[in-house]
Amino acid sequence: MKRFVFGRYWSVVKKEVIQIKRDRPSLGIALVMPLMMLFLFGYAVNTDVNDIKMVVWDQSATAYSRELIDQFTNTRVFEVSAHASGYRAIESMLDDGSASVALVIPPDYARKRDRNEPANIQMLIDGSDPNIARTATSNAQLIVQNRSVTMQESRMQKQGMSELEPPLTLDSRVLFNPNMESIVFNIPGLIGLIMQNVTMILTAFSLVREKERGTMEQLIVTPIRPLELMLGKITPYVGIGLFSFCLVLLVGTYWFGVPVKGSISLLVSLSILFLLTTLTLGIFISTIAKTQLQAMQIAFAFILPSVLLSGFMFPRESMPLVIQWLGGLVPLTYFLEILRGIFLKAVDLTALWKDALGMGIFFLLILTVSMLRFRKKIE
Amino acid sequence: MNAAISCNELTKRFGDRVAVNSLTLSVPKGSIYGFLGPNGSGKSTTIRMLCGLLVPTSGSGTVLGLDVMTQSEEIKQRIGYMSQKFSLYEDLTVEENLDFYAGVYQLNAAERKQRKAELIEMAGLTGREKQIAGSLSGGWKQRLALSCALLHRPELLILDEPTAGVDPVSRRIFWDVIHELARQGITVLVTTHYMDEAQTCDWIGFIFFGNLLAQGTPQELIERMDANNLEDVFIDLVKQEEARLAQARAGEGGR
Repeated sequence: MKRFVFGRYWSVVKKEVIQIKRDRPSLGIALVMPLMMLFLFGYAVNTDVNDIKMVVWDQSATAYSRELIDQFTNTRVFEVSAHASGYRAIESMLDDGSASVALVIPPDYARKRDRNEPANIQMLIDGSDPNIARTATSNAQLIVQNRSVTMQESRMQKQGMSELEPPLTLDSRVLFNPNMESIVFNIPGLIGLIMQNVTMILTAFSLVREKERGTMEQLIVTPIRPLELMLGKITPYVGIGLFSFCLVLLVGTYWFGVPVKGSISLLVSLSILFLLTTLTLGIFISTIAKTQLQAMQIAFAFILPSVLLSGFMFPRESMPLVIQWLGGLVPLTYFLEILRGIFLKAVDLTALWKDALGMGIFFLLILTVSMLRFRKKIE
Repeated sequence: MNAAISCNELTKRFGDRVAVNSLTLSVPKGSIYGFLGPNGSGKSTTIRMLCGLLVPTSGSGTVLGLDVMTQSEEIKQRIGYMSQKFSLYEDLTVEENLDFYAGVYQLNAAERKQRKAELIEMAGLTGREKQIAGSLSGGWKQRLALSCALLHRPELLILDEPTAGVDPVSRRIFWDVIHELARQGITVLVTTHYMDEAQTCDWIGFIFFGNLLAQGTPQELIERMDANNLEDVFIDLVKQEEARLAQARAGEGGR
């Protein structure tokens, strides 16, 4: 009586597939949500800072001052959005956000340069977005420093000194993502996030719906085993999960140009492990929630931390230790390491075994808890 | 005794509340047993314990000779259950619902085909096989639910207010089917609020506040209570019990 009967399991699969096909809104979520999230994150969530709007108050208005402004715009970090005269005009532009930084060149800039006197230029920065402010400060610092070094060099050469040999140089090379584009970093993570959300929500919904409509009660009085029911319910969603995985992978590779550098077969097999984990999470949610609304709320209560704590948006290294541990409770954390490792660094299991193991342990844990909670009783 | 259901001191508590209090009853094989009582009296809880949906707090019970505590999975293969709420898949067609339950009860292909044809005929659903179940009217839905509960030829049929909210014609057709099933030897346990339905049962049990107040054939009960009809029996029993409880409470307060 305790054995697994394939016929019963298969009936559930067939029934579920018919229901999914008839439930257009859910099918829509399964197919459209991945694409929507992909384009949203692909374009909107861009942590690269460039073209910072800069208002210029050039009181010198000479070839020298224009040369300096060019230095700023040449880096593509700054772009001149307006010219102004007077602090009041500058302030109002910083206030209404039409400019994020202001460059003030004093009237005696050219004169001081000619006389080889130290000149002082000013930059006002809107610090409300720390990311922009930080980028603006460090880049402006660098531009001015470079400029003053070249100026010093040419001055010394004029005085008959030989070319200056810098005592220290840094030769830096960025590996894996040489252009430091955030999209290359984001797309692999998105695959994980999308797979998690789609499969978790749909599985939880399909099970809670049975409770809500009373069909679960009818199922409980049949001889069907909990495992047959559970597997039968999730089998179609494995298909949907794999579909969104392929969709996101293809769009990510061909549209956003983020190639997979590592082994595809390793990527697929670890993705299936992740898929099983998120499906089981969906089952777990359904054992707690009594209505679809509750299931939705629980799912969101889980999605938010998984976005914030997993390292999807913010680096985990800079989080407090306790928060890092909490991140360890989120399966996406492990999967992100795996995805980024395979996508960007082409590493294999020797580098990823810890994350694969972490994900596997999480899967077994949540499976056990769900199986214990998923009883054929209605209490 | 040859009983399809027999329970002894069956009790179910939800926290402090006693839903079913030491219920002892037996349902003879092949009979129709009408389970009567006001709303919230413990009828559904009793039925759910017998079906293996709920675990009894104490007491014992057997269904078709199988223990409700330990053999509920074996019981499930041999009973048919239909709840007061329509609990089939509204987004599946008549035929798809039948196919699903045929699969769940592991009917083989030949048996499935035969049973489906028989039951569609019995329920009068011929020509509606491809209709979405959610679009059927109340009476059709109940008969479809009954068909699904009968697919695996259960020996015992448990019906929880099967005719609540169903029109008189559909109710009559439904009960004709129930009597026909009883003639074929199937035991039927049914709860209802309609006394005309109860009148046609072989046995009747009254339950109130989780206690079984009276049991017998409809005629016996009417004679014993010296009443005109079953409805009076029902109302008298409820009044007596309420008076007894009020007295008990007053007695407690006086001490």
